[in-house]
Amino acid sequence: MAANTVSNFRIKIWRQSQAESQGHFECYTVKDISADMSFLEMLDVLNEQLISEDQIPVAFDHDCREGICGACSLVINGIPHGKECGSTTCQLYMRHFNASLEITIEPFRARSFPLIKDLVVDRSSLDRVMQAGGYVSVNTGAAADANNVLIAKHSADDAFTAATCIGCGACVAVCKNASGMLFVAAKTSQLALLPQGQPERLQRSLAMVKQMQLEGFGNCSNHYECEAACPKNIPASYIAQLNRDFLNASLTSKEYESQTHCKTYEE
Amino acid sequence: MTIKLDARIPEGDLASKWSNQQANFKLVSPNNKPKYKVIVIGSGLAGASAAATLAEQGYQVDCFSFNDSPRRAHSVAAQGGINAAKNYRNDGDSTYRLFYDTIKGGDFRSREANVYRLAEVSGQIIDHCVAQGIPFARDYAGYLDSRSFGGVQVSRTFYARGQTGQQLLLGAYGALNRQILLGKVRMFSRSEMLDVVIDKGVAQGVIVRNLISGEIQRFNAHAVILASGGYSNLFYLSTNALGCNVTATYRAYKQGALFANPAFTQIHPTCIPASGEHQSKLTLMSESLRNDGRIWVPAKQGDVRSPGDIPDKDRDYFMERRYPAFGNLVPRDIASRAVKQVCDQGLGVGSTGHGVYLDLADAIQTSGQDVISERYGNLFEMYQRITNENPQTSPMRIYPAAHYSMGGLWVDYHLMSNIKGLFVIGEANFSDHGANRLGASALMQGLADGYFIVPASVSHYLAEQKPQLTETGSECFKQTDEAVKHKLSRLLGIKGRHSADYFHRKLGRIMWDNCGMARSASGLTKALEEIPELSQQFWRQLKITGSGEELNYQLEKAGRVADFLAFSQLVCQDAFHRNESCGAHFREESQSDEGEALRNDKQFSYVAAWQFKSGDSPDNPAPADLHKEPLQHDCVAPDQRNYK
Repeated sequence: MAANTVSNFRIKIWRQSQAESQGHFECYTVKDISADMSFLEMLDVLNEQLISEDQIPVAFDHDCREGICGACSLVINGIPHGKECGSTTCQLYMRHFNASLEITIEPFRARSFPLIKDLVVDRSSLDRVMQAGGYVSVNTGAAADANNVLIAKHSADDAFTAATCIGCGACVAVCKNASGMLFVAAKTSQLALLPQGQPERLQRSLAMVKQMQLEGFGNCSNHYECEAACPKNIPASYIAQLNRDFLNASLTSKEYESQTHCKTYEE
Repeated sequence: MTIKLDARIPEGDLASKWSNQQANFKLVSPNNKPKYKVIVIGSGLAGASAAATLAEQGYQVDCFSFNDSPRRAHSVAAQGGINAAKNYRNDGDSTYRLFYDTIKGGDFRSREANVYRLAEVSGQIIDHCVAQGIPFARDYAGYLDSRSFGGVQVSRTFYARGQTGQQLLLGAYGALNRQILLGKVRMFSRSEMLDVVIDKGVAQGVIVRNLISGEIQRFNAHAVILASGGYSNLFYLSTNALGCNVTATYRAYKQGALFANPAFTQIHPTCIPASGEHQSKLTLMSESLRNDGRIWVPAKQGDVRSPGDIPDKDRDYFMERRYPAFGNLVPRDIASRAVKQVCDQGLGVGSTGHGVYLDLADAIQTSGQDVISERYGNLFEMYQRITNENPQTSPMRIYPAAHYSMGGLWVDYHLMSNIKGLFVIGEANFSDHGANRLGASALMQGLADGYFIVPASVSHYLAEQKPQLTETGSECFKQTDEAVKHKLSRLLGIKGRHSADYFHRKLGRIMWDNCGMARSASGLTKALEEIPELSQQFWRQLKITGSGEELNYQLEKAGRVADFLAFSQLVCQDAFHRNESCGAHFREESQSDEGEALRNDKQFSYVAAWQFKSGDSPDNPAPADLHKEPLQHDCVAPDQRNYK
């Protein structure tokens, strides 16, 4: 049975003590790894090994370990979250890896994700894009009864598919332009597909795209690597939805000139 | 110090208490609101909703999270849904029934007034979340869909496929983001609160460690709100995210805040069983699966046939057999114990014997593959990824795991602790779930506290405060700051042999074996001997590499494990003193002939609120002092919970 299979793995990991220092790859062998271990549990074993040898363990982000918080990142053998389809790094199991091949682990690399330490990067740029307008501006207490506005099931389902984005940044890390378009499109589309999102729809797409550019994310050149790397399988067709809204807003909206939502970050 | 516990429950009959209270809350005028500052610790459902709502009202808010983004707080992982007494289905639901179910589900160990208020605001939460653009499940006519959860006979749980928590959190995160952009909230991510600053019995601010630079920082405010979540990670293996910890609430407790009912920890019945020693966490399979799944084990020991080959007559559907009225939908505490009992009898399945089948075959046959996949698709994927088995062709294996803590810091009706200006909301307080929480009630409580209750009660508190803030250079800040630094340098200076994880694993084993699903005087006595020893070892043999002036996950973890080691002694003390079975707290000494939990209302119908007492060494506290808040049952007379 797979559970009893135990192997040693050779892994090559990016080490960098801080943002300013020079980084390099370091090779390690991790012993007695069972096929039922998760990939991050394998890294836990490595870190225990390093601590016992008085070395500094490898820093990597993780939290829920069930594929929903979006904290884990890592480029594994060249692919963000590894080659398994529709999976985060924390949902990879060692049975997915061949022990005879070296595993290379790198941080998410993008201009808008500056490195903090080892495999940990700063993804607060995604938060700032969301702050620019990724919400419905409703105050607590203002809402009418929830069933006052009916929403067709297919619209609600479509909005939900966009809303499954966990904000991990894999779409950025995999893109040769380090574009944040799939992320932004998922967020704007969720609200564009629902009646509650309509009043701010155009202004939202302008503000979020503007902030995306200010943060240094690249543009989309239609390679759809983002869709392939997305752990939630969010389709790239939402990018078309964003482009339509953005174009519409640019041509028709007065806010395109005033850009009130973005001023805060222009300094 | 003598403490008089005053829950400040308003006058009037149950249904008018909250509106009476609202009418009597003092207000701060709009001009004056920006002069007041509030600190919120945590950015999950409770923290983010409180921070956003207070900022909407005009207060200045500083919000802190140890995660790199507020959107990653562990509320994100809640799967199944959120309860609300909307009665959209016309199936007999009402505010009173939600109140009644929650009181009964909590085994009559919660405050009636608080629970009734929770049921009252539940509908407003759904209204607000829909207005935020949260894509709840809908039926073909476009109305909100709902489903049933354990412990109730109506369909009042609203959901967004299997990720209701993430969708609700993204709503609260959006509200928070809007206030950040407006400059009303300052958000501090990757920042961990390491102590609360208290002067003359009043909360003045917090001491925080910047997790990137290691810098210790001081923040002052007129009120501090702890929304730091639960402590189930003291069992090491739990369904919580790895970062969840007791540090913020435990350190407030050390400063004098009372800790209520710490022994009330919920074990969730439907988790994927552990596969080996290396396991770092357990994954929950939503309780909603029990709507369609049937739980069974082979009727005879040693039946090694694969589940598909075992005919119905050789299966024991033990939930349906024991609890015909509620069947597979009994509350979590009862389901967990029933699973444990059949496994203890040697009927468990899987390589470890710690598992039972959760079988969807009948539901697939009646409703069709498509319908079932639509309902649970993401859970099936998750299960298959972890176990390498397809739950649509062979039944899932499940086993209980530590999940939620009903216990927490003691709060009054205003959600304020016994320390003035220190409020506690969400899972971090003890409030509304008594000895057992019903499914889909955690999201409801977190958002009720954050959106609707604490903004009103904090305003009332601030209305009586002067706008001047205590300077961060003052003596109380200096002392607490120094104590925090001292503790960090002690941890770094031990230079022993073992990682913090090593001790955490050992602690988890002791707690799971002696203070888990079943507890006894002898087991708890054993735990209370073993934990102080383990704690001593920790303070002698801990090893942290690296320094305190950088991102150092080991140092963060060591601080949290140190608090778990001290805190779990309080959990055991509470479990030992409460010599009755109620809800999730099952004392082997107190059970009926049929093995059901037996309450002792005469002796234990109270909230146990514990006060910290320092011991002879700084690392092992003395047994805590007990204060009792008697529980009044004016509306629902306690009786034996019957789900048969």
